[in-house]
Amino acid sequence: MQYLVSVIDDGTGPATPKEDGAIDEFNDRLRAEGHWVFAGGLGSPDPATVVDNRSGEAVFTDGPFVESKEYLAGFWIIEAADLDVALKLAAEGSKACNRKIEVRPFL
Amino acid sequence: MSVVDDVPELITRAHQAEWARVVAALARRFGDLDIAEEAAADAFAAAVERWPVDGVPPNPGAWLTTTANRKAIDRIRRECKRDDKHREALMLSDDDPAEPLGAIDDERLRLIFTCCHPALAMETRMALTLRMVGGLTMPEIARAFLVQESAMGQRITRAKAKIKAARIPYRVPSAEDLPARVSGVLAVLFLVFNEGYLATGPDTDPVRHDLTAEAIRLTRLIRVLLPRDGEVAGLLALMLLTEARRTARVSASGELVALGEQDRGAWDEELIAEGHRLVRERLAAGVAPGRYQILAAINAVHTSARDIRDTDWSQVVALYDQLVRLDPSPIVALNRAIAVAELDGPEVALAAVDRLEDKLAGYHAFQATRAELLRRVGRSQQSRAAYDKAIELAGNTAETAYLTRRRDQLG
Repeated sequence: MQYLVSVIDDGTGPATPKEDGAIDEFNDRLRAEGHWVFAGGLGSPDPATVVDNRSGEAVFTDGPFVESKEYLAGFWIIEAADLDVALKLAAEGSKACNRKIEVRPFL
Repeated sequence: MSVVDDVPELITRAHQAEWARVVAALARRFGDLDIAEEAAADAFAAAVERWPVDGVPPNPGAWLTTTANRKAIDRIRRECKRDDKHREALMLSDDDPAEPLGAIDDERLRLIFTCCHPALAMETRMALTLRMVGGLTMPEIARAFLVQESAMGQRITRAKAKIKAARIPYRVPSAEDLPARVSGVLAVLFLVFNEGYLATGPDTDPVRHDLTAEAIRLTRLIRVLLPRDGEVAGLLALMLLTEARRTARVSASGELVALGEQDRGAWDEELIAEGHRLVRERLAAGVAPGRYQILAAINAVHTSARDIRDTDWSQVVALYDQLVRLDPSPIVALNRAIAVAELDGPEVALAAVDRLEDKLAGYHAFQATRAELLRRVGRSQQSRAAYDKAIELAGNTAETAYLTRRRDQLG
């Protein structure tokens, strides 16, 4: 079972070197214990571009698709047996990156 | 098969005794709460249809489990045809080996820990436990939470969908997670107990011993699991000391009997002795008590008095003061005021109660308490109006009867 673990930035800004160190350590643990699938950090949503090609004629719109104070600042995709395991990892991830986290199952 | 006159009564009894067992066994076997609940409901519907015609089977529990299993397989076949992959994705996970769990080898305990999972909102946990473990109907649960039936239905449907989609496991938590998970379970069990102790619904017994007994049974199981947890002991003591007064609490004519008017000789001495033992055990532990332990201590004071006049009200108020510091909710303040009325008189209590009106005007116990205090200070007209409101809001038949008589006694 895979879960998307989203890091929510609510005005905290980019990670500090100390947070980066803790995240690296957490990532190593995910790999060692077989939970690691993928992870990535994201910049602020300001430079985002929305693309809509449903009509066959691509429309590009400047800015994120949703304007919000809180935004996705990064994510992990983890492999976990069930939600108990995923929540426990997410709790440690939240501590490591010092941010709020959302856990969501893949279909 | 024996033909019995009172088949509906036997079906009700079988429902109370077997519902949780049937749901838990099906959930374990088929790994799906939805199928478990629906198949259990199908089986009881079949009993309603078949038993009056065929007679009640000699072992109703076995009949219900077998029938529910068959209904579940029918449902799964239908769903498999519809969408194989989808159903597979919705299976509950259970990677526990099928080994005996010793003292806690109870399917219902798995069910309750799943229903009380911290990833679910507290209200959802309570609703789900009452439905899946307690076997309460949607209208009963909606009433317990003072919400619309449709909203409650949606809440439970959403909860079951989340359990499946997010893969909330169907098992008793690991030892390290247990303490945190238990407090959520205790809150749920207390609510189940309260629903049994003051049952709602015009056709329901005023006290549903099945629910109080079930809550006590499950709390005992958790106590075996966590013998040193003070709040588990506290909740068990609280339930026992409350349950001990059950038979004295409703009169022969089906009317609620107030604490001061109860025949204390009818209280269950064994339950009281056990409850007092637990309270003493917690006092001896010398650890700051939690909410349930304080409530248990309050009930220990009440059950120690041979007569209402012997009650140590200053002790009761002191315990409520302690409780208010832990839980400053208006309901605690209301109960404190009831004790204050005995210690400092009804005027003082009434002033405290009136301050809670904004938050509790729609709560029957608030109106009933206020009515009683207004009666005691001689404000009959206002008292009558408050009784009217209380009667309108009360869902318990014995309480309605009691309130009606009290109102009609007003000059």
